[in-house]
Amino acid sequence: MVREIENAAGIPVVQIATIVPIMLTVGANRIVPGVAIPHPVGDPARGGEGDRAVRRQLLERALKAIMTPLEEQTVFTF
Amino acid sequence: MTTKTGTKITTKRVVCYINQFFAGMGGEEQAHVPPSIRPGSVGPAAQVHSLLGGEAEVVATVVCGDSYYGENLEAAREECVRMISEFKPDVLIAGPAFNAGRYGVACGDVCAAVTGKLGIPTVTGMFSENPGVELYSPQVFIVKTVDSARGMKDALGAMTSLARKLLGGAPLGAAKEEGYFSRGTRKNFFHEASGARRAVDMLLKKLAGTSFSTEYEMPVFKRIPPAKPLGDLKKATIALVSSGGIVPRGNPDHIRVSSAESYGVYDISGLDDLTPDEFESIHGGYDRVWANEDPDTVLPLDVMRELEKEGVFGKLYDHVFTTTGTGTAVAHAERFGREIGERLKRDGVDAVILTST
Repeated sequence: MVREIENAAGIPVVQIATIVPIMLTVGANRIVPGVAIPHPVGDPARGGEGDRAVRRQLLERALKAIMTPLEEQTVFTF
Repeated sequence: MTTKTGTKITTKRVVCYINQFFAGMGGEEQAHVPPSIRPGSVGPAAQVHSLLGGEAEVVATVVCGDSYYGENLEAAREECVRMISEFKPDVLIAGPAFNAGRYGVACGDVCAAVTGKLGIPTVTGMFSENPGVELYSPQVFIVKTVDSARGMKDALGAMTSLARKLLGGAPLGAAKEEGYFSRGTRKNFFHEASGARRAVDMLLKKLAGTSFSTEYEMPVFKRIPPAKPLGDLKKATIALVSSGGIVPRGNPDHIRVSSAESYGVYDISGLDDLTPDEFESIHGGYDRVWANEDPDTVLPLDVMRELEKEGVFGKLYDHVFTTTGTGTAVAHAERFGREIGERLKRDGVDAVILTST
């Protein structure tokens, strides 16, 4: 799905999920590792504010990935 | 083949499907002709008839222009099935289409429709890169051919031999042995060696660098070059997409909890947060406790709205796209992606953040 959106729209698509090898396999080009499978963009164990801060950090990382020129599949861990 | 029914001998009946070119009507200038059916064998069908060696006979040949079929898919399909059914065939043989794309799609489509509606086996033949292979190989027996009509003799030989087997002449072997594209089905049988023995044998061959064939092929995924990055985030419209199964409560579009065949498109233009009162996860592949307490942990609308309001990026696209990514067929996932991508392009969206569980 990631690859075909990028292909059809010709726009950068960043995927946030937890299992990086799967994202590499399905052909995602911009990859941001998430927190956990059932809550990729949040960490409920940290409580309301902490959860939200984790989400914000991951989304800022995703926006950075969207702005980054790439030659190949890249995992953004910071 | 001939079978004795009481004292009556019945010969199996074959109908062939070919395009305007192989019927000798002409090339592109005749590609618009609608389907017609002629009794007996026309063009390559005559060769099919002789290869059947009296075991079965070609009772009729359908001829249809490739452009006509491609441009009037439903009407052409319906008309062809109707014509074919009148001749009460036991098998349909279409093509071979080699690497002709429209012809391949027509052959695949008519075969799939005939098998579906008339319940008889169908056989066609194509080159591996014909788009008809990807579209129809799960439903139709498609014999592997070379890319052009120079391979006609071999193609017809293989197609006819497969058709004879399907008519009940001999047991059908694996796709690789019979020379057709795998339909993705598995047949159970007792092997003389145990799974452990076969796995170790395979491993030893692999270590020795000799060839071996797997018993469970992994799907091959495609790669595309990365899209260019955005120049200016502050003017960008960004869309959220997720395969994490977050939908409005009650799952109004009845998206399947697994093996999804559809996705939902939901208006979030007036929302700052996905609350558990209005949204839920229907994904069948992970523990939904956290997603149902706060759907934003899967589909991060709240923080995206916050970043939008702060002016970090221009605008959040006013709809989200969601499905459940568990057991979902690659072909469906690719279709979702294409459709979503085309819509986003049309609506001038600049980038996508896609979350998966």
